[in-house]
Amino acid sequence: MNEQTVSVWQGRVRMRVLSKGDGPPLVFLHGPWGLTWDPFLDHLAERFTVYAPEHPGTAPDAPDDVYHLDGLWDLVLCYDELLEALGAEPVGLVGHSFGGMVACELAAAAPRRVRRLVLIDPIGFWRDGDPITNWMTLDAGRLRDMLFHDPGSEPARRMFGVVEDPEAAIAARVRRTWAMGATGKFIWPIPDKGLKKRIHRVKAPTLIVWGKEDRLVPLVYADEFSRRIAGARVQSVETAGHAPHLEQPEKVARMVADFVGAAGGG
Amino acid sequence: MKISAFHLMPHRELPDDFEKRYESVWVTPPWWELADARRVGQYYNWTLDELLYAARAGFDGVCTNEHHQNAYGFMPSPNLMGSVLAKATNGTDVAIVQMGATLPTSNPPIRVAEEYAMLDCISGGRLVAGLPLGSPMDVNFCYGITPMEHRERYREAFALTLKAWQAREIFSWNGRYYQLANVNLWPRPIQQPHPPVWVPGSGSISTFDFAVDNDVCYCFLSYSGAKAAHTMMQGYWQVVTDKGRDPNPYRAGFLQLVAVAESDTHAEEKYARHVEYFYHKCLHWPLELGAPPGNQDYRSLLASARSNVRRAEDTKKLRYRDFVEKGYVIAGSPATVRDRIREEVVKGLRVGNLMVLLQIGSMPHELTLENMALFSREVLPHLRPLWDDEGWINHWWPERLRNAQRPLAQAAVAAAGA
Repeated sequence: MNEQTVSVWQGRVRMRVLSKGDGPPLVFLHGPWGLTWDPFLDHLAERFTVYAPEHPGTAPDAPDDVYHLDGLWDLVLCYDELLEALGAEPVGLVGHSFGGMVACELAAAAPRRVRRLVLIDPIGFWRDGDPITNWMTLDAGRLRDMLFHDPGSEPARRMFGVVEDPEAAIAARVRRTWAMGATGKFIWPIPDKGLKKRIHRVKAPTLIVWGKEDRLVPLVYADEFSRRIAGARVQSVETAGHAPHLEQPEKVARMVADFVGAAGGG
Repeated sequence: MKISAFHLMPHRELPDDFEKRYESVWVTPPWWELADARRVGQYYNWTLDELLYAARAGFDGVCTNEHHQNAYGFMPSPNLMGSVLAKATNGTDVAIVQMGATLPTSNPPIRVAEEYAMLDCISGGRLVAGLPLGSPMDVNFCYGITPMEHRERYREAFALTLKAWQAREIFSWNGRYYQLANVNLWPRPIQQPHPPVWVPGSGSISTFDFAVDNDVCYCFLSYSGAKAAHTMMQGYWQVVTDKGRDPNPYRAGFLQLVAVAESDTHAEEKYARHVEYFYHKCLHWPLELGAPPGNQDYRSLLASARSNVRRAEDTKKLRYRDFVEKGYVIAGSPATVRDRIREEVVKGLRVGNLMVLLQIGSMPHELTLENMALFSREVLPHLRPLWDDEGWINHWWPERLRNAQRPLAQAAVAAAGA
């Protein structure tokens, strides 16, 4: 795996980017709990050059960089600068949860940068009758239960498991909490920040992937995306919660790879 | 010493099984199940009557504060209460201590500067301007402010407030969170250059720095008493020393729960259930509400994750005698109370501006007045001269009230002279 740090926003925001594989570029934007290189990304790296940037403020040694961004507009432009720095060719763009919202915003703001778009359990809309659970208010135990279809599974243990080394346990907790704070800056208190006014600008062919048992952002939200993006397709994933790419990595990686790898869409 | 009566304006009649039936006293308690507007009107009036009683009984100041969606204290606008108190205490030397209107929840925040200026004008220059950061429950959960922006907004609003009171010229404020093209405050406060500023905190290290840098009175609003606050207040005084300020005890304020009776035994009989109501019901909320991610900066997050020392004690397991023994509440005979306040709070923490909470939880109106009467007659006169021998000036008290010897109620004078 390779690691590089790309400085954007007049050098004030340092974004660490993990990458692996070769093939056409695919950019993955992580969710609100920070980036971990997981089996899902390994599968994708078999067919693509996978770039996984860390959301501003969540890279090691740069926690305060997020304070240089005042809102979603700043954040989207940061990612635009990042894509420019990674190479100007249009990319396959994949985002999970919060990262799905950012990916969708980016595809709407800079449609020419995105060849194909995949949104995995994204946020960005709000229905009064189906409120999205605010994960920033949950303790670790409840978050684990709400996030995973099977809270006892290996991916759940990787994110929340008991770590023997106390220093490592503290580091993991701090990392998770800070990532929620740094992403929460752009979605508090309701994660509808106007995507509905901009989503019509998305031109890339789009796949929407949803964990059927998502207890944080229920499956009904897939409609909000699919009815607004021309030709968008929805695929739900059995026995998976809000992070289907972690609970069913092989299956979801195949869906994504087949879709992003297909010809067309620029 | 300056000694003020503090009030939370709590719901006094929550059901016995409240903490079992409901998840939180704050943010989500269901109004329609728990409260009745006419009865609540009675609470507000009792609260005002109690504070006015304290003013007449010889306290130096009366304090109100701001909370939202909360059954343990629900004065969403402390300035409405302060306005009544200011008018009704005109002609006296009682300070109107607003602890206070919360800057990040007031938009634009010069609303606070304006209302405080009004209170200073109405009261003839008797305002103490508390400028709290506000709790995460109020600011983030009830008023929708992003946790990561909470402190930044506060600091910007604080600077704007101080400038708005003092500027001789109309100015424009091109801030990160607030933009105002013509700041020209009407009215301005009587007190010059501005009313004394108190900044309440709950022990966060970054607030110590802020308070000392801005030369304000730092007030620890604690419900855990002086023993629990000792290490923390030492930390504050260390910052005062490190930054080259003098150790003036009036740089520190502290809130203490107090219950006075004829004897220690009587105190237990009269107050035990109200104290337990306060700690078991009024402070019933999940820990997560107090610390949404992003509210603490990264440095503080790291520090608090590493420190296992300041884990909050589970107050649901404690009973009246525990609360008294641990100093959460100072309760007992006048002698017990004055000795403990003097040693543990005033001397122990080096506090010049003391606030006492005398209406605790479910404590009814009559009993509250009794508590206030006994405190003002038997305790207050003994505390007031503390620090006089060291000659400090209370720069954080309205100037014209600094040397006022508040007339004690007739009985109090007699008792003090006896």
